[in-house]
Amino acid sequence: MPSMPLAVDDILAGLAARCGAVETSVFRGQTRVVVPEPRSFEALAWLKEQGFDLLIDVTCVDYLEYPGAKHRYGLVYLLVSTATNCRLTVRVFVDDPDPTVKSVVPLWAAANWLEREVWDLFGIRFSGHPDLRRLVMPQEFTAHPLRKDYPLQGRGERHNFPIITRDHS
Amino acid sequence: MSIATPEFGTAGPEAGARSEDYLWTLNFGPQHPATHTTLRLVLKLDGERVVDAMPEMGYLHSGFEKIGEHLSFNQYVTVTDRMNYISPMANNVAWHGAVETLLGIELTPRCTYIRTIIAELARISDHLLSNGAVGLDTGAFTFFLYGFYQREVIYDIFETLCGARFTNSYTRVGGASHDFTPLVIEKIRIFLKNFPKTLNDMERLLTRNRIFVDRTKGVGVLTKEEAINGGATGPVARASGVTRDLRKDDPYLAYGDLDFQVCCASAGDCYSRYLVRMQEMRESLRIVAQALENLPAGPVDVGIGQRVARPTKQQVYSTIEGTISHFELSMSNRGFEVPHEESYAATEAPNGELGFYIVGDGSENAYRARCRPPSVLHFALFPQLIRGHTLSDVVAVLGSLNIIAAELDR
Amino acid sequence: MAVVHSGSSGGLELPENVMVGQLDALANWCRKNSLWPMPFATACCGIELMATGAAKHDLARFGAEVFRFSPRQCDLMIVAGRVVMKMLPVLQRIWQQMHEPKWCISMGACASTGGVFDTYAVVQGIDRFIPVDMYVPGCPPRPEQLIQAIIDLQDKIQREGTITGREFDTAGRQLRKRALVEMAGPLTSDASRNPMLQRELAAAADAVAAKT
Ligand code: SF4
Repeated sequence: MPSMPLAVDDILAGLAARCGAVETSVFRGQTRVVVPEPRSFEALAWLKEQGFDLLIDVTCVDYLEYPGAKHRYGLVYLLVSTATNCRLTVRVFVDDPDPTVKSVVPLWAAANWLEREVWDLFGIRFSGHPDLRRLVMPQEFTAHPLRKDYPLQGRGERHNFPIITRDHS
Repeated sequence: MSIATPEFGTAGPEAGARSEDYLWTLNFGPQHPATHTTLRLVLKLDGERVVDAMPEMGYLHSGFEKIGEHLSFNQYVTVTDRMNYISPMANNVAWHGAVETLLGIELTPRCTYIRTIIAELARISDHLLSNGAVGLDTGAFTFFLYGFYQREVIYDIFETLCGARFTNSYTRVGGASHDFTPLVIEKIRIFLKNFPKTLNDMERLLTRNRIFVDRTKGVGVLTKEEAINGGATGPVARASGVTRDLRKDDPYLAYGDLDFQVCCASAGDCYSRYLVRMQEMRESLRIVAQALENLPAGPVDVGIGQRVARPTKQQVYSTIEGTISHFELSMSNRGFEVPHEESYAATEAPNGELGFYIVGDGSENAYRARCRPPSVLHFALFPQLIRGHTLSDVVAVLGSLNIIAAELDR
Repeated sequence: MAVVHSGSSGGLELPENVMVGQLDALANWCRKNSLWPMPFATACCGIELMATGAAKHDLARFGAEVFRFSPRQCDLMIVAGRVVMKMLPVLQRIWQQMHEPKWCISMGACASTGGVFDTYAVVQGIDRFIPVDMYVPGCPPRPEQLIQAIIDLQDKIQREGTITGREFDTAGRQLRKRALVEMAGPLTSDASRNPMLQRELAAAADAVAAKT
């Protein structure tokens, strides 16, 4: 952690210097920055060095039906610095086929299960993740249910169990 | 019918499986009294020592986030009730807080105070149950019954307020479904008067109880670094010396006006988590008392100009704005104006930082409603808390982390 | 004891302290008043189940307060809360581990029908997969409702008992149980494991074929 915490603008400038052009935007006081996928790990590692030591959330949005979206999946990293209480949202966009991002488990232990959940529900692979198994769905499940092309009611998996009657029990 | 035993990751030394042959594998859950809800642990035991633990979750995954994409902002509040079901009001407040951040709505002062009060009551009821559960699992049944009796009182307050015991669905976009009535205020006053006595009794039962202290002190120690790195928030983090509390760091609702303290401990063991929760209940009582005394007058819902809260019957019948607003809100093709934007807003729920990341696509439904559940990150910490302790400590650690399956799995 | 008919029927002379009754009725009377519930509490309804057993609502008045967490000791399963895909095999296994005679209460909208959760993961009513005796509506049902359900179940037990005396046919039961073999495999959208669903799908396909 640096001795003097940087202001958000400095951080964004530093990020741009390190990772090429980054898009930034502010909405309702929340600063968001889009980092290109190949440099995402580097950028996040640098941000951690700058004092963003608490990873609040890793999640994903499937932009399949979103009007005006350029990419299919947008990962969201929510970072907080416990020293300055400054928040930053980092976005990384990936696309079909085989969306892959580098895992941030080496930086934050918290990312372990969060990334597993994203893999489970969106099918985004995290390269370098120590244990990338499904988290919430059964291991033998085949789809990624939070994708927009998966129906709310599922494809009948929930009915596919043997029936036990009074006779069987 | 297969209940597969998951494989351990890269735990254990490289010496090969042979040297670990004497280890036991014990399956704990998903249906076990001490898990309280549905989670599963696969423990590796050396005699009674836990060598390693492998938590498994998903036994209550019901697709909350998927439903969030199909229900409107007001409807989804019913589903958030079922998320952390021992403090539903706190979820309601968090959800609509996030929606209002996305829509850019300023609440009325009365509404912020009301939401503060109910969120704090929810915190008390949560801590009563979670501490009660720790007590129950370590053999203190009376403590649990004391706690549950007071929970019933809070249930009663909520029932008077909105008609449901604990699936309240109380908040609405830009307001709340009901205003405080004098009867509710009276009941909260009575609760404020009686509760400290019970709390004292409860503390006397357990805080210096030799058995309880022996079973929880030094058990499941989480250091400050681990807590931050593992993403712990709420009482779990505060018991490890992380002085983070969104109510102070990022004051939302009415917390900026109220005087209260953030309760922290430094030991990071089960006992300090218990103490932090006990102390937080006292602070919550202070908050409720102050907020109730300073409860501003005025409307609960935002004005009809904002066009999110339903106007009152009086307004609909006697003013043209009211009629228009009511019409707009009721028509399926009108509704709110939602920006094509995304935002994250969090509250300090009883369990930690409960936030919602909402993507708006112009319609009344969220395009994506992500819930940031504190329990997941706490449960992921479990293996490192339990390693080296005995089997009987498992329940104490689980109880003190206060893992709620519906929030864990969603 | 209302169920035992005393009297001097059939010209038989009985001593004063002897009563004659049906063994069945007596057994049912015993069964109904010592139900040992197995709380299969998964979600929010479980909290109300806890409340039913805790300070204010005292289930002990109906002889059903002995919550046992081992299926071997229980004869009443209370499924409180939604059951999802990952949990259903566990539920079925626990149900099979319980000894006859056994009953099942499905508590809450979720356990009975899926409730508000009409989603990919939630089983739309446990009665599709295990037998259920009593449904308790509500989301969550109030403790009073659950107590009422237990009272009704007691009536049912008194009335019907276990009907065929299934619990005495151990060998036959084991045979049928074994017929339900372990079925692992990919959890996909085919209906390979659910005969009812197969039939439904076939009927739907027939209907489509008939139309064209
Ligand atoms: S019926 Fe309602 S209260 Fe019960 S488990 Fe379902 S959602 Fe929760």
